[in-house]
Amino acid sequence: MVKSKKILTLSVPLVIFLIACYFLFQGLYTDPRKLESTLIGQTVPEFTLQDLYDPDKQHDASIFKGQKLLLNVWATWCPTCYAEHQFLTKLAGQGLYIIGMDYKDNRIKAIKWLTDLKDPYAISLFDKDGMLGLDLGVYGAPETFFIDSKGIIQYRHVGDLNDRNWQDKLSAIFDNME
Amino acid sequence: MQLTSVDLHVQNNRFKTVNFSAYLFCLMFFFSPLAFSATDLFEFDNAQQEQTFHDLTKQLRCPKCQNQNIADSNAKLAEDLRNKTYQLVKEGKNEEQVIAYMVTRYGNFIRYDPPMTPATIFLWLGPLLFILVGFYFIYALVTRQKKQEAQLDPEEEQRLQEILSNKKSTDKKSQKGNKE
Amino acid sequence: MLPEIGQVVLAIACMFSLLQVVYPLYGIYAHQQSAIESAKILTVLQFVFVALSFIILAYLFLVNDFTVAYIATNSNSAMPWYYRLSAVWGAHEGSLLLWVLLLSIWSTAVALMSKRLPVESVARVLAVLGLLSLGFYLFVLLTSNPFDRTLPYFPVDGRDLNPLLQDIGLIFHPPMLYMGYVGFSVAFAFAIAALMEGRLDSAWAKWSRPWTIAAWTFLTLGIALGSWWAYYELGWGGWWFWDPVENASFMPWLAGTALIHSLAVSEKRGVFKSWTVLLAITAFSLSLLGTFLVRSGVLVSVHAFASDPTRGLFILTYLILVIGGSLLLYAVQASKVKSRGRYSLISRETMLLINNILLIAALIVVLLGTLLPLVHKEMGLGSISIGEPFFNRIFTVLVVPFALFLGVGSLVRWQRQNLSDLFKPMVILLVVSTLLTLVFLLAFASHFTWLALLGVFLGMWILVGTGMEIYLRSTHRFSLWTGMKKLGNSHWAMTLGHAGFAVMVIGITMTQNFSIERDVKLRIGDSVRFEHYDFHFDAVNDLQGKNYGGIVGQFTVKYDQETVAVMEPEKRIYTVQRTAMTEAAIDSGFTRDLYIAMGEVLPDGAWSVRVYYKSFIRWIWFGPLMMALAGVLVMFDRRYRVKKVSKSAAEVI
Repeated sequence: MVKSKKILTLSVPLVIFLIACYFLFQGLYTDPRKLESTLIGQTVPEFTLQDLYDPDKQHDASIFKGQKLLLNVWATWCPTCYAEHQFLTKLAGQGLYIIGMDYKDNRIKAIKWLTDLKDPYAISLFDKDGMLGLDLGVYGAPETFFIDSKGIIQYRHVGDLNDRNWQDKLSAIFDNME
Repeated sequence: MQLTSVDLHVQNNRFKTVNFSAYLFCLMFFFSPLAFSATDLFEFDNAQQEQTFHDLTKQLRCPKCQNQNIADSNAKLAEDLRNKTYQLVKEGKNEEQVIAYMVTRYGNFIRYDPPMTPATIFLWLGPLLFILVGFYFIYALVTRQKKQEAQLDPEEEQRLQEILSNKKSTDKKSQKGNKE
Repeated sequence: MLPEIGQVVLAIACMFSLLQVVYPLYGIYAHQQSAIESAKILTVLQFVFVALSFIILAYLFLVNDFTVAYIATNSNSAMPWYYRLSAVWGAHEGSLLLWVLLLSIWSTAVALMSKRLPVESVARVLAVLGLLSLGFYLFVLLTSNPFDRTLPYFPVDGRDLNPLLQDIGLIFHPPMLYMGYVGFSVAFAFAIAALMEGRLDSAWAKWSRPWTIAAWTFLTLGIALGSWWAYYELGWGGWWFWDPVENASFMPWLAGTALIHSLAVSEKRGVFKSWTVLLAITAFSLSLLGTFLVRSGVLVSVHAFASDPTRGLFILTYLILVIGGSLLLYAVQASKVKSRGRYSLISRETMLLINNILLIAALIVVLLGTLLPLVHKEMGLGSISIGEPFFNRIFTVLVVPFALFLGVGSLVRWQRQNLSDLFKPMVILLVVSTLLTLVFLLAFASHFTWLALLGVFLGMWILVGTGMEIYLRSTHRFSLWTGMKKLGNSHWAMTLGHAGFAVMVIGITMTQNFSIERDVKLRIGDSVRFEHYDFHFDAVNDLQGKNYGGIVGQFTVKYDQETVAVMEPEKRIYTVQRTAMTEAAIDSGFTRDLYIAMGEVLPDGAWSVRVYYKSFIRWIWFGPLMMALAGVLVMFDRRYRVKKVSKSAAEVI
């Protein structure tokens, strides 16, 4: 009796270790640098931004209401965005409504980029000093927000969109939105 | 761009010459001797603002970087966050307000000082519990020995002899100057 | 051809490690003396082959063989030869090879230096070490082969070593650190062998103690070197960042520190044996955990290696087998251990146990602080960060009881101490250390803070406590001078180690409380002034190194009008990787460092410059240096000279 109790006490380190191992195992398959957005379930914060093509034209948060859409944060200084661009064009071709946000960029370069590579965006916002980016908690381009027809952010994807992750997971998220 | 008032200020803060309230003042405004520099990268209205800004940049984490605070990181995003922090501090926001501002946007990842959650409470409880259990254990160990001492059976009597002879040999060693 | 030979040689070393496990254990099982004795030879052979393989890799680096993938990604022909050599352990694959090499060096040392221990015990220890090696060989060969080729298309030149690592620090820091990590495997192997045998006695503690202290000494030096390296190389003047990887080295250190103290008690008094064994297992397990954290990419860290889930999975499996297995063995076998010591509540034994508890509490803080972000995220509670503000706060709390007990602890006798006898020394201790604290702060502090008062007091308390212990012990029977000469090496080691800790505490306190940091905008000709210092920005010149270009600033530093230093911080651009590096200029001194790091050129042509005044920062590394020296001193204690060991070992048998 006494002895088995002693063994039980002495097994505490083992138990703790095994629990830790469970989490370490889980940790192997999650990227610790992917952060969840704090805006899930909320509307896009209020803003007024110029249109990329036309400095006189102003947009505000009302553009996110009415239909489900993707908000893609990109920039010409971002190599991954270049890789992603083709896929975005493909999605736009399939009829997805995509709003682009050119983040901390040079307007002329950005317009040239869109002219050369085709423009998948229904609307292009120009966030020159990254203030909307900051409000959205953007920490690197590209990032894509999934926004439903009520203008509520349902999901954020960090990194590029491509055939594989779209098929695996993301298209389902998009299709499930209202 | 030189400032001579700085030296005077330092002198004033000498431990020997100031009274108690000045101690407290220094305690609160750690970098007060530097408050009035014209060459600083960020300029502030008062010493407290500078201190707040300084503290904030040390405890806000750059979300893009490997593992750096926004004061140490050269990343663009860290620079943005530094500037935003500066702007907010200049607007008169205090430390909690700035942290709250950042947390609503980037989540708790951005603060190096984690908030209390059902999980983070263990950061404090874990070591505390260990210390308490450990101290109880020492106490229990010692009292158990006392009890055993009170009632020796023959076997233990023999063990005691063993211990005593052991002790002698240790004592001998200590005379040789080896004991520590 | 040579890379293939290197790989084959490594595979042979792997085979020997397998034999080193199986054959001796079989010998013990079947009572075959020759098989038992073969353990030593197999260990030496394993060492010879892994060393050969390591030499081959080093040679390939020296001759710039870029057909080898690992060399092509981590070296460059423009690097000076010594950096090419240290680049061997500059990244994942090579550093693992260094790891197994060091493990085999420790194993060989055990094989050769325990001639007088019972052959069977040594065979068990070597078998355990062989098992540890085997896992790492498989890891290297299966997932991280440094000899992989890039054929048929190999680059003309290499991609260069990360510029941060092209530094004298990289030559010494990782080998030291690894010597420490790996060295704990010996204490671990002794513990496991003892558990397997079912015999935990003070002889076991006596045998493993010198090995543990040796490993601890290396680890102490390794960590201190790393901290110093970060300080001068990273360019923002910090010396400890609570980064997961730093924590990964700090945790085994805490466990190891607890272990060497606990071993002392187990050896001398025959108590706490079960606890000591657990610590021996813990110290090495944490070394292994560190490897996992660094190489699996589960945590966001400054110096993680390129990560890969397969590698992570491999190490995790290894961890579960090795650590899980030994903890299981512990649970079953340690229950048989009976403590036979007697001591009262106030005795040296309990003092040491209390400090052990506090050390492990600190370890738990670091462990939780490192792993909780991961757990938090996996539990769906979201990402959090745990960093400097948290650790600083909780360590400020923990160090107080630790230092107080440490200062008093050495005054308390073994077994039993009358409280009333302790009263007088305590009063003296309190008065003297308070006085010294005030004198110290009056002399060196620019202003008052409570934390500085507390920290310096704790340091002085330990110093005075240790000093008093020496005085009381020496004058116990003899005059002070004769008595001091009669004290053994390990006694002096204890004193030196504790004093080193005190020095470090004072250093940390002063640095944290009285340093001055200024981010300033300077044009050539401007100056910054603070304290009595005047930093004058004289010029910016061009810089041309072997594999980098850049600029170098020049600052004349005056103290009260008198020139004390000309400082030249550099900003380098490494040509191959196109990375910018800040090489800070440091003027070091006993009570302060001056530190200048160049930032960017601002649009108006001025430079952003970081100018730091670091109060007493050298003490932060001087302390650990003293601790490491203490470790060396113990090695030269009479008790551990071979003859003595053999004699006492013979007694035990």
